[in-house]
Amino acid sequence: MTATTLAPTGLRFDNIDKRYGGLYALRRVSLEIAPGECVALAGRNGSGKTTLLRIAAQIVLPTAGKLTFPGAAPNTSNGRPGYVAHATMVYDELSAEENLVLFAKLQNVDNPAARAEDLLREVGLFERRDSLVRTFSRGMRQRIAIARALIHRPSVLLFDEPATGLDPLGITWLAHALREMHRAGGTILMSLHGESEISALATRAVHIDAGKIIADTNTGGVSLRSVLTFGAA
Amino acid sequence: MSLLSNTSVLLGKELRTEFRSRELLTTTCVFIIIVLVLFSFTVNPGTEQARQFAPGLLWLAILFAASLMFQSCFLREQVNDTLSSLRLAVTDPFAIFLAKLVANTLFLLLTELVMLPIFAVFYNIPVLPNFPVLVLVLFVGSLGIAVTGTAISAISSQARMRELLLPLLLLPLLTPVLVVSSIVTTGLLDRDPVVQWKGIAFLGVFDLIFLTALWLFGQYLLEE
Repeated sequence: MTATTLAPTGLRFDNIDKRYGGLYALRRVSLEIAPGECVALAGRNGSGKTTLLRIAAQIVLPTAGKLTFPGAAPNTSNGRPGYVAHATMVYDELSAEENLVLFAKLQNVDNPAARAEDLLREVGLFERRDSLVRTFSRGMRQRIAIARALIHRPSVLLFDEPATGLDPLGITWLAHALREMHRAGGTILMSLHGESEISALATRAVHIDAGKIIADTNTGGVSLRSVLTFGAA
Repeated sequence: MSLLSNTSVLLGKELRTEFRSRELLTTTCVFIIIVLVLFSFTVNPGTEQARQFAPGLLWLAILFAASLMFQSCFLREQVNDTLSSLRLAVTDPFAIFLAKLVANTLFLLLTELVMLPIFAVFYNIPVLPNFPVLVLVLFVGSLGIAVTGTAISAISSQARMRELLLPLLLLPLLTPVLVVSSIVTTGLLDRDPVVQWKGIAFLGVFDLIFLTALWLFGQYLLEE
């Protein structure tokens, strides 16, 4: 998927707090992810995984603390993270190709049409490139959401439960794509539920509960099951 | 430079999605025609009374149409959280506002283009004698409504009682624009037309102030 080597970019959270009214979604979260690392974020529903990812994507501002991207090239589009959220973040009233070209143009990608075409082939939607996204199934929507996040060849990838809606073939494709990006030097932070082909890529697992990091484990070949379900009992 | 290129790309998206679905334009045009036709029964066409009341009705109809437009302006971006993807993609968040502002102004002007002949016929008021100045008044007035409405739409879309909040915030802010636009239009459509340049200048200054405020503080309206 990414033939070119990506600029080594890390991710650093320094004492991040996020408060919604009186409720703390995150409390004093400090986490450093080295360039090229693939980290799985685990935790129960409402534990703060999505908030942490949205802060990393700079969509949500932290109440306190600082987020930095060590090594990121300033003023370049691929210095910005690629983010796949629960929502598709694409327009239903535009076709798959129009959506990708739109986001490619906004991020100053060279030859937006060619890049969009390449990605549509990669995600298996080339035949449906002219179809409006609103006619797509849940799995196809997830594929176009992933393509949108990758359009500017980001060095840092943020995935919020990326396998949602994908069929087994889609999960295999995503695992392959992530492996390629990881090989090219991409930094990956993804929230996951349970073990899968995708979780097997993670070299480190961070467990978050009630807005705090309660475990940070180097997987080192150990089954991720124990890490991803840590504290669930 | 990136502000202008991002704005033009986003404006293209706004126009494409609207002209594909025609949801907003159809709704506002039908609505504005209904308002004008209904009110035409309350005054005798061509009379002095019609000349006095009709410009006010015209701007009231424009306000109602604009309110319909602004209700969905930022709300549409929440369906698939596309506002987040735009904020991730653009260098300057003002580009998002600028594209929506230009699109809203264009849609309002298109609606007015449909409305003017109907207005002229139903109220028997000739609009052609001072047409260029009338177009200028409609433009600066519509721009004022669009700047304010786009900003308020961004605020209200994140609120819980958004349907109530939009008119509640919008109407008091737009009072000066509506009052001055109505007075200037009344002068233009009078039997002895008067061009009130001071009123037009006031509308221009209003547009400039709100546009500057949107440029300076707009990014805070998009934050979660």
